[in-house]
Amino acid sequence: MPTVNQDQKIQSSTPNNQYRKPSTRVILAENLRKFWYKFSRNKLSVIGLVVVLLVILAAILAPWVTPYPQHASAYVDFDNASQAPSSRFLMGTDIFGRDILTRIVFAFQGALWMAFLVLIISVPIGVLLGLIAGYYKNTWIDTLIMRITDIFLAIPPLILALAIASVLTPNLTNAMIAVTVMWWPWYTRLVYGMASSLRNEYFVIAAELTGASKAHILFREILPNCLSPVFTKMALDVGWVILIGASLSFVGLGEQPPTPALGQMVSDGARYMPDLWWYTVFPALAIIVVILGFNLTGDGLRDMLEQR
Amino acid sequence: MRIGPFLLRRLFLSILVLIGISILIFVIARIVPGDPARMALGPRAPQEVVDRLRKEMYLDKSIPEQYFYWIKGVVQGDFGKSLVTKRDVSEDIRDYLPATLELAALSALFMIIFAIVLGVLAARYRDTWVDTLIRLLSYFGVAIPAFVVAVLFLLLFGYYWPILPVIGRISSSVVPPGTITGFMGLDSLFSGNFPAFWDSFKHLILPALALALGSIFQEARITRSAMVDNMNKDFLAAERGYGIPERVVMFKYLLKPSLIPTVSVMGLDIASLMSNAFLVELIFNWPGISRYGINAMLSKDLNAISAVIVVFGLIFVVVNIVVDLIVAYLDPRIRLSGQRGS
Repeated sequence: MPTVNQDQKIQSSTPNNQYRKPSTRVILAENLRKFWYKFSRNKLSVIGLVVVLLVILAAILAPWVTPYPQHASAYVDFDNASQAPSSRFLMGTDIFGRDILTRIVFAFQGALWMAFLVLIISVPIGVLLGLIAGYYKNTWIDTLIMRITDIFLAIPPLILALAIASVLTPNLTNAMIAVTVMWWPWYTRLVYGMASSLRNEYFVIAAELTGASKAHILFREILPNCLSPVFTKMALDVGWVILIGASLSFVGLGEQPPTPALGQMVSDGARYMPDLWWYTVFPALAIIVVILGFNLTGDGLRDMLEQR
Repeated sequence: MRIGPFLLRRLFLSILVLIGISILIFVIARIVPGDPARMALGPRAPQEVVDRLRKEMYLDKSIPEQYFYWIKGVVQGDFGKSLVTKRDVSEDIRDYLPATLELAALSALFMIIFAIVLGVLAARYRDTWVDTLIRLLSYFGVAIPAFVVAVLFLLLFGYYWPILPVIGRISSSVVPPGTITGFMGLDSLFSGNFPAFWDSFKHLILPALALALGSIFQEARITRSAMVDNMNKDFLAAERGYGIPERVVMFKYLLKPSLIPTVSVMGLDIASLMSNAFLVELIFNWPGISRYGINAMLSKDLNAISAVIVVFGLIFVVVNIVVDLIVAYLDPRIRLSGQRGS
């Protein structure tokens, strides 16, 4: 539970009388080793982490590691159009003769960028609202924030995102806006539950009695104790955001051609099934592999951060 | 059983949520750049016609007034006219909703049956290959979006192994039943048209399975861990002590309380199933409300978009109430105290 964190922090920073206090670097290395031990106990998490790192690296280095970087945008080579997978085009080519593998790796860029931005914007908003509502539990602030949260949670997320994306111009930015709008309530609810129980803990009451400011209590006393579930959820959510993003681009409400997107490639390819099966199957597998990677990593993080 | 006050409170909160959804969707529909009246009539309509329509649509009033007129219509089942089909949106919904409900119902049925059966199997044969296989499949289940499953099904069953139909609701060679309820299965049964029933059922299987597949293994995992957690509880030892056969203990006394977490998650999964239906219906060319909704979204048909979202919000709220009732039924601690400790 969150309060255990606090205890542990106090224990580990208590100077030991008999020995010289270890340097911060030693403590850090020790903690890292402990974390890695907990994380790597599950082999699947390690596999997930490897997949995630490979995907991120490939996306960042896409112009250098892909065989045909020029195929990532409007490029036409009808001589090589609709080629089945071969040693030259490992995953085949699309109807314009563009290398599917190259386009998948470039599509990772958009997918990861979207996940990053959505979470970096929606998580602080959600956490802040959850903290405030939890701390002011049973006041009108709590009622107002949590009822609004309930409304957002009551509409299936994909439908809300589709509705918002559809009234805006379809592109990657607006898809991100749409997903961000529906993403914060989950964090509000998560933090709300923790904050509303933490506000009755002695260390919060002590801070209140010593006259600490509300900001200090919210951000220095309560927030640190809510963080590990938030981080775990963020790691798991990267996969979810990529999934929703792929769904949006599948119906044409995400990144627009010629820029590649995973969902868009699956839906383009579906039109040429079964003759050009590689056009659909490889982007579909790419979606599965990325989401699986992030989910397994997230599970590992949960094992690592949450004491049982 | 003090389920009454509990239900009443849930209903009240649900109505608040529905009002909130209606405000939210109204705001979303009004942030669109451009004039809805102009969009409805096209760029070449004369200005005075547009002005007249603006008056009819109350667009000359303030936003809160507009909302009031809109919600007044919605409560009476009037969502305005669709820009695409040129019909009343409520009529469209009446035509398209049954197909989606049919699909969602079968999908939910698949989910419930397979989740429980596989969960019991995994718990019964825990730490064997059965358990491991279900666990591995559950990892994949989370990671595969329903639309990817649907596309892969389309490739597999549509071309390489055509044992089940993949397009539409009924084969063109089969005489469809007349519309009584709009539910193809029920209509064909009522009219005694068994070939149509069988054919429409076959058309349902793949889309329903594509929708359910992701959740099945996750829920099987949840059922399994709840059963394993409960296996050593005192109440089971007591029942075994009374001499009740192991099989009865397993299914009657162990399974029932172990289903509580599964049912709770299932409520959420049915909601995500409904939103996944948006893409799956598109792929299987299923003439349901989701495909209607997507087409409305792609052509910015605001009345239809708002209506679809309100309908989905309503379904979601109802499903949640039903889930709460089932959980209350399964858990004597909730049933007897009459309130849920959430």
